[in-house]
Amino acid sequence: MSIRAEHINYLYGEGTAFEQYALKDVSFEIGDGQFVGLIGHTGSGKSTLIQHLNGLLRASSGKIYYNGEDIYQDGYDMKGLRSRVGLVFQYPEHQLFEVDVFSDVCFGPGNQGLCREEIEERAREALCLVGLEERFWTQSPFELSGGQKRRVAIAGVLAMRPEVLILDEPTAGLDPRGRDEILDEISALHKEKQMTIVLVSHSMEDIARYADRILVMSHGEKLFDAPPKEVFRHYRELERIGLAAPQITYVVQKLREEGIPLQEDITTVEEAKAAILKLLGKAGSEA
Amino acid sequence: MIREITLGQYYPVDSVLHRLDPRTKLFGTMVFIVSLFLADGLAAYGVATLFLVLVIRLSRVPFSFMVRGLKAILFLLLISVSFNLFLTPGTEIFRLGFLKLTWEGLRLAGFMALRLIYLVIGSSVMTLTTTPNELTDGLEKSMGFMNRVGVPVHEISMMMSIALRFIPILVEETDKIMKAQMARGADFESGNLIQKAKSMVPLLVPLFISAFRRATDLAMAMEARCYHGGAGRTKMKPLRYARRDYIGYLVYLVYLAAVIVI
Repeated sequence: MSIRAEHINYLYGEGTAFEQYALKDVSFEIGDGQFVGLIGHTGSGKSTLIQHLNGLLRASSGKIYYNGEDIYQDGYDMKGLRSRVGLVFQYPEHQLFEVDVFSDVCFGPGNQGLCREEIEERAREALCLVGLEERFWTQSPFELSGGQKRRVAIAGVLAMRPEVLILDEPTAGLDPRGRDEILDEISALHKEKQMTIVLVSHSMEDIARYADRILVMSHGEKLFDAPPKEVFRHYRELERIGLAAPQITYVVQKLREEGIPLQEDITTVEEAKAAILKLLGKAGSEA
Repeated sequence: MIREITLGQYYPVDSVLHRLDPRTKLFGTMVFIVSLFLADGLAAYGVATLFLVLVIRLSRVPFSFMVRGLKAILFLLLISVSFNLFLTPGTEIFRLGFLKLTWEGLRLAGFMALRLIYLVIGSSVMTLTTTPNELTDGLEKSMGFMNRVGVPVHEISMMMSIALRFIPILVEETDKIMKAQMARGADFESGNLIQKAKSMVPLLVPLFISAFRRATDLAMAMEARCYHGGAGRTKMKPLRYARRDYIGYLVYLVYLAAVIVI
């Protein structure tokens, strides 16, 4: 289940006075079961890029292969692609429209041409996956809280049983608790269902914690494509394009400057804690 | 996909026409429209053509942008031209059943077509060189006298500018919701009329909700900044005529006189 993008270019407003590159020669491959973090400053082309992956936007030039099949070839089943590559937009709760939560989640599988039982089965499964209690299922989606609405919207995409799940800033505007819950559920989908995940986020902490690979976009071009530790080692370059490394990386950096021998590539609080305890333990045993 | 709709189609370049006071341009457009209805005969239309070409050159907007507006009236144009062609009494050229083509009809249809095309291009020149905000500003100022007879000019122009301001936002929003529903397998293109209308529900409901949400947010934001209507409100950039505007008015008068005399 791999997605391969080859030399993707995308132009905005082709042939007008406002012509502008949104993506410039972007190539990468996302393998089965990976958890990819996608970061970049505002307007770097992240959202444009992910819309290419399920065929909502068509590249001005370049090719995209899903499972080795060219998605731009004639007669390619775009609708099928969209149900296999689920895309959760930013503020997905703005797409809710049905009278109750359950029917809204049924919309996606309903469009797949399944029978009634199968549709409802998938909707139930999706709602359980996002951890929305059953008592909310018959309520109007507009009566729910922000975090609950967002779960309904994510369930609406999950109900199509995609093989790849792409989320565009799924935690924007949520409180810390809502954020952690959503991220934990995404992480569970990755671990338990072996789903391929592409997570767009502005939170370096979240990316460092969950992703096993990071794509960095800047002005429509791919800047880095490496594991988190590798990418965050370049934190000065990241800062130059309006990004940063996780806070803890800076703390570790300062500690290193003070002469404390920690490894350079620490990106999460847990790692830092373990490393410091190890040092203290060592120091303690020597004393 | 839906982004291609152009409304409030301002074309940002720097030209004499762009710098002109919006009132001057409004008045100029009116003069041009009036002149089209006063014009009679080839010579008068020649003057109008000359004037239009001059204005288009001055605006530095590519000609292809002007013509875009014509697509919208193509159907209307065809109907009025064919009616005029065949249903005008006069000297017959040839006859096709009950339809007959006359010299008078040919002449009338020709001028009618010219008139409609010039009308659209002439007003396109204004909308292409004036931002929607300038336009409402200009309207508000020149309609100021209506205040005295109880017409809430400021409120109306405020509503107009807000409506114009929201068009691109709502277009973008429509695009976003459409894509989000397409990601869930929605199909907006195929099917018969009833299926198509039904497929609009997942688009229209979220769109309405978001429009209302934006409206209340905007009202709140305006109130938070003490907006209380037009009374006693001053402008940051009040409209003031410059020398070029007086020249503009002079040009209009000369042009109008020329059309009438010829």
